[in-house]
Amino acid sequence: MADKVLDAKGLNCPLPILKAKKALKEVPEGGTLEILATDPGSVADFQAFCRTTGNELVEHSEEGGVYQFLIRKSA
Amino acid sequence: MSEQSNGSGSVNPHSMTIIVTKGSLDWAYPPFILSTTAAAMGLDVTMFFTFYGLPLLLKDLDLKVTSLGNTAMKMPMMGGHMGMPNLVSAIPGVDRMASKMMKNLIKKKGVASIEDLREMAVEADVRLIACQMTMDLFEYDTSDMIEGIELGGAATYIEVATQSHINLFI
Repeated sequence: MADKVLDAKGLNCPLPILKAKKALKEVPEGGTLEILATDPGSVADFQAFCRTTGNELVEHSEEGGVYQFLIRKSA
Repeated sequence: MSEQSNGSGSVNPHSMTIIVTKGSLDWAYPPFILSTTAAAMGLDVTMFFTFYGLPLLLKDLDLKVTSLGNTAMKMPMMGGHMGMPNLVSAIPGVDRMASKMMKNLIKKKGVASIEDLREMAVEADVRLIACQMTMDLFEYDTSDMIEGIELGGAATYIEVATQSHINLFI
């Protein structure tokens, strides 16, 4: 179970990233944030976001057009 | 906030500047999308608003798009994509209609409004510099502009750009 869940379904670039950044502020270091999105571009974008910011993209998957991401906040 | 110059000329690898020169609804998107996203990714971001980009700092935005001279502008319509002949674009009221259509589309597709993106840029401490010369040229007053902007000229921008890894002109 993630420390926080962000529903970014229906939002387009760059809103899922911007909202995720905001939500990460409320996650403790080492804690996790789960993000749900429908923007297909968010798959590449969350990978790039995590590579650049040092947060860990623990897993991501897709089911029925909904993308799920699990990000662990860097310490 | 960006660091003030210490004269050392060292470049911060996580920094970006954007010169914003255009203020129509469509052209307002790239600079604000890139600045907010870069800030979210931990970059120090500076935006320099000049010429037609300057009105993007006005308190009240009423952004419009025009299909006049924009042959690539095609809107999804009736299952296809439709452009508008220049002759039609020139008719008074057509721009207003096209702008309304674009704004409806933006809302429907979950794309942020420029107002929202600008607010997020301010929240993320993106440095917003209004070009003093353009303020004088087009007779704008700082009281017309949103809070938290700075005034500066070419040298102000260049100083920031010398320390910035990514410098864009839009």
